[in-house]
Amino acid sequence: MAYGSYVIQHDLDFSVERGEIFVIMGGSGSGKSTLLNHMVGLKPPARGDVVYDGESFWGATAEAQEGLRRRLGVSFQSGALWSSMTLAENVGLPLQTFTRLPERQIREIVSLKLALVGLAGYEEFYPSEVSGGMLKRAGVARAMALDPDILFFDEPSAGLDPISSRRLDDLILELRASLGATMVVVTHELASIFTIADNAVFLDAETRTMIACGPPKKLRDESPNPTVRTFLRRGDGTTGGITS
Amino acid sequence: MNGATVSVLDATLAVRHPEPDGAVLELAGHWLSQRGLPEPSDALGELQAARVNHVAFDARQVAAWDSGLVTFVLKVLSEMAARGVAADRAGLPDGVRRLIAMAEAVPERQTGRTDLRPPWLARIGTRAIAASRGVAVGFAFLGEALLAFGALVRRHARFRVSDLLVVIQDCGPRALGIVSLISFLIGLILAFVGAVQLQQFGASIFVANLVAIAMTREIGCIMTAIVMSGRTGAAFAAQLGTMNTNQEIDALSTMGISPMEFLVLPRMLALIAMMPLLTVYSDLVGILGGAVVGLGMLGLSPTEYFEQTRAAVHVSDFLIGIAKSSVFGVVVALAGCLRGMQSGRSAAAVGLAATSAVVTSIVWLIVLDGIFAVILNVLGF
Repeated sequence: MAYGSYVIQHDLDFSVERGEIFVIMGGSGSGKSTLLNHMVGLKPPARGDVVYDGESFWGATAEAQEGLRRRLGVSFQSGALWSSMTLAENVGLPLQTFTRLPERQIREIVSLKLALVGLAGYEEFYPSEVSGGMLKRAGVARAMALDPDILFFDEPSAGLDPISSRRLDDLILELRASLGATMVVVTHELASIFTIADNAVFLDAETRTMIACGPPKKLRDESPNPTVRTFLRRGDGTTGGITS
Repeated sequence: MNGATVSVLDATLAVRHPEPDGAVLELAGHWLSQRGLPEPSDALGELQAARVNHVAFDARQVAAWDSGLVTFVLKVLSEMAARGVAADRAGLPDGVRRLIAMAEAVPERQTGRTDLRPPWLARIGTRAIAASRGVAVGFAFLGEALLAFGALVRRHARFRVSDLLVVIQDCGPRALGIVSLISFLIGLILAFVGAVQLQQFGASIFVANLVAIAMTREIGCIMTAIVMSGRTGAAFAAQLGTMNTNQEIDALSTMGISPMEFLVLPRMLALIAMMPLLTVYSDLVGILGGAVVGLGMLGLSPTEYFEQTRAAVHVSDFLIGIAKSSVFGVVVALAGCLRGMQSGRSAAAVGLAATSAVVTSIVWLIVLDGIFAVILNVLGF
């Protein structure tokens, strides 16, 4: 992973199992969002590949990539809703573009998706008329529009109050349980990490590579790497300490 | 067993009546919305005819499902609830039950939105009020801009000189290319159209007068202003609109830095300074364009054409163009900055602001040019 000749992360190798909630964690500037961009097909990695069910993404033809993209849903950091469309139109656009469902059925599915994220009745609102937390949830509804196999979340709890952030975590857990979808979540929110993650990878900004991989609780208690332990304990439990 | 079966592709729906007042909806197959799903209306009709008072689901035969099944069940449930029929969800797939519970967890918000258009009189009234407010806002903005100029004169306006230089660079030297192209072609076209007419009277030499006077008094400044409004005024609006979206303007205000002084003033100063220079340049390039026709098509000699031009235009013609262009500079900068500062906080609103900046400035340019023409006529220039 690099921007020009500046390498952000190297030697990343991990796999996400079907149906699990996988967290990409790390400090600010460690390249979490860049890694997500590589995984969802926005930006080709400088070297290496992303593989879905044994099918290479970056080695595939443009058509095959389109097919793979259709199986992914991405929820962006601040919603990234199209500002000229209502929430219903935002969620409905992928359905209108990629399915041949009748307009009535699209409306029903859109209402369902908005209801799932707690936004029933907000169909006709424009993104500029709702709050930041609602934008984020509407973004999740849009990501789910096509019933994707894998849902990606970029910093779902960033900028949300603790209750909304907790609700979003519950939403992720509930969606996994009911849809059986795989979730990949980029976050550095500890509370979130411990609540939702089955498995995680830790990106380190200093060594510029992944320095740990596994269930976060286990990493917190057992990781041999002090950076990982410190991160997962919120800076407490560093070796040594201040002696007077 | 009496029942009705609706079958579309793989997904099937059957209504079974194990007891007289109860019914079971049997679902089977692949319930994927892409492959087409049974319509609930038939089953609902049958349930109504049978006057059942409780329904249950049996989805053991459902091989796969997606949102289509969930919307289907939701529709049946809401219909049952409306009729006061008890519905037992136990037979539904676990995931569907959980999704329905989630969808019902937050009740639909009654937002009171209606599509009803207000009556035409109310619409006219609303528009009139909005228009008068728009005019008031425009004047308020003009006033604030004047106050910012006042602060500049008293030397306590806060802005960065480097910002001013960047704007000057952008709306001065960087605009030379497009201004050259437009002015040269306009001069050429004017001369060509004039030549065709004047040749009939054997007065071809007067093409030089036509081009020189038209360029210096009118076309040089108005064309430059229109180019600048499309090129720079729109850019100002988009830039300030995006800054507004990112709360950059709020950040300035909370620090006690006036956005008028910090953002609008340098832009106005730059355009007011650059517009006259661009206009003089445009006049000269336009005259050059006319000369190309004069020399190439009419066979005039360079000296002849130059002398004719010099005799035709006076310094006052240039000065009129320059004076107008300063005013036009203010108009373009004001319209761009006003629309940018007023812009809403979304991508669509920024686009609208850029459009509106260009429309506003072009309207005012033409109106002011007309007013100038009347005043100059009265004054005898």
